[in-house]
Amino acid sequence: MADTSRIQRVKQLLFGARSGELMSKSISTLILAAGAVVILIPFAFMIATALKDASQVRGDPLSFIPRTPVTTEVNGEALPLYEVTLDGTPRQLALLKNAPGRKGIFVDPAQPAQTYTLELKPAEGPKPKPLYKLEIHWENFREALTTQPFNVYFMNTMIVAFVGGFGMLLSCTLVAYGFSRFRARWLNVLFLLLLSTVMLPSQVRLIPIYVLFQKMGWINTLLPLIVPAFFANAYDVFLLRQFFMTIPLELDDAAKIDGANPMQTLMYIMLPQARPAIIAVAIFHFLYAWNDFYEPLIFLHTQEHWTMAVGLQTFNALYAINTHLIMAASIVMIVPPILLFFFAQKIFTQGVVFRGIKG
Amino acid sequence: MKNPRLRLSLRQKEALSGYLFISPWIVGFLIFTIGPMIASLYYSFTDYDIISPPRWNNFANYKKIFSGILPAILNQDSSRLGDPIFWQSLKVTLTYAVMALPLGLIFGFFLAVLLNQKVPGVNIWRTIYFLPSVIAGVAVALLWGRIFNPRVGILNPIIEAIFHVKGPGWLGDPHWAVPALVLMGLWGVGGGMIIYLAGLQGVPTDLYDAAKVDGANMFQRFWHVTLPMMTPVIFYNLVLGMIGTFQYFTEVYVLTSGGSGGLGGPVRSTLFYNLYLYENAFRYNQMGYAATMAWILFVIVLVLTLLVFRSSEYWVFYEGQLKGKD
Repeated sequence: MADTSRIQRVKQLLFGARSGELMSKSISTLILAAGAVVILIPFAFMIATALKDASQVRGDPLSFIPRTPVTTEVNGEALPLYEVTLDGTPRQLALLKNAPGRKGIFVDPAQPAQTYTLELKPAEGPKPKPLYKLEIHWENFREALTTQPFNVYFMNTMIVAFVGGFGMLLSCTLVAYGFSRFRARWLNVLFLLLLSTVMLPSQVRLIPIYVLFQKMGWINTLLPLIVPAFFANAYDVFLLRQFFMTIPLELDDAAKIDGANPMQTLMYIMLPQARPAIIAVAIFHFLYAWNDFYEPLIFLHTQEHWTMAVGLQTFNALYAINTHLIMAASIVMIVPPILLFFFAQKIFTQGVVFRGIKG
Repeated sequence: MKNPRLRLSLRQKEALSGYLFISPWIVGFLIFTIGPMIASLYYSFTDYDIISPPRWNNFANYKKIFSGILPAILNQDSSRLGDPIFWQSLKVTLTYAVMALPLGLIFGFFLAVLLNQKVPGVNIWRTIYFLPSVIAGVAVALLWGRIFNPRVGILNPIIEAIFHVKGPGWLGDPHWAVPALVLMGLWGVGGGMIIYLAGLQGVPTDLYDAAKVDGANMFQRFWHVTLPMMTPVIFYNLVLGMIGTFQYFTEVYVLTSGGSGGLGGPVRSTLFYNLYLYENAFRYNQMGYAATMAWILFVIVLVLTLLVFRSSEYWVFYEGQLKGKD
């Protein structure tokens, strides 16, 4: 009885009304897991490569574990050690040399006189397996970061990110406040104009701006990357303005009755309320400044002014063969964005949506 | 009411404050947007090497780009093109867009639909898929350059292990270079996915309930409820994706600037529009010609955007329209 009811339950679970949902959920989970593996493989490859040395990258590029063959000394020669099954018992033998017909001549390190000729890839049975040991090259990070003046690049990037970020916050809160709390004839039109600049390809402004900065003597300084941030931008104004709109007008009115002027209302009423939105635009600005490559490449010409992105690219152009060092430096490059992402995940996903969908 | 002059002045005061608050943007817009746009339109009619002042050249830049285009289209005779490299860069850009945009749409949407179910571990999956789009830029290009590398990369060994065929030369092979970039772009599909996911979560559940009552199965619910409700988001992602393709730069610059093929890869197979513009402006110092390219780019983006907007009448569905009808 108990058995049949259990079968019934299983049947119900598999084929009943809710079974479709269960099936589709498990299939979805399977697909998602498979896709996640595909997404993560490049990261694993990056980390593994960054921890290998040049010979490991060349000789063993596919291993996700930084490893090196175990060798043993036989007659004064370092030979790779293999695990071999001889007459059903596993033994550790050293490979003396390869022989024709995909065979190897093995030798017992304890009795070097005795050699064994074995097939390296037998049709059946266990095949000789090379033995590896873990060999991690943490020093790659130090080497990568000191080969190029990454400390200078880092400082430059921080100056651009923080001074520019300050200018962006200052200008964008003012402008967003202006667009959210005042009635004037042209404000709506100007707001649409602001939004339309999102669609404008930056190239159409680039060359005259370059000429302008050149005439001002700003080329090869950080100023072209910092100063424009003080004049607000469509994305951040839009995000802040949308947030300001959700703050109840009653608060403004109360402040006004208490005699606050608009600037004071912004400082003491709006800004404290809008903290989440301000944090979000600050994070996005930092990420933008950190990852931006196009503008630093165009405006910065000598090493002492480069940002991380340009420095990393040049490092690759100079040391492309040293894949392990390039990967180590690349990991350093992606750690701050990833840390930021984990600490502020909610802001990220919501902010992307916010920046993504208008209205 | 009694004192109209005072009321008027209050309104004027309010308007003045408003304009004052947005003045940083207005000043920036004049200096960094409108002014440069007009200047670059002027430069596009000149020879300008930045050292000597711009010289009017009677539409020579435009003539160079468009000369020979008719025989090229009508008789497949590209030998008379004034600047075949320009058309090559346009072709590369459009090829990439035609491959990358639909694939990004399909994968992003598909993942969002999967994640919109209450599957276990939904937050972990979302985090993993979103991760690559956080780190866009130089590091990603360097990583994928290694993955594609036929000698030390892992992609071809994986292909050989699964499909038992030899993988292509990817970035070193003119036929496979653009598909390689598309593949690299798909790794960052999580950015689009998040936007689709938010759109899906905004679809009102009562619509699904109503469809269920009417006997619609899962597939029908997707086709007749989810998809129509999502068209505005799809539409928006398409427009921005297209504009983004015309600005594609960092990845190709990083991947091809050190290579043997020169900027733009072997036989300029990955010479994207923006890369060629950069080359003209900052390698050959042909600022006038680059400005011409920038304005043509602007017009292309404008036309494409308008086209998508116009066509959206036929396929984009806004919920408000439904309310308007009844």
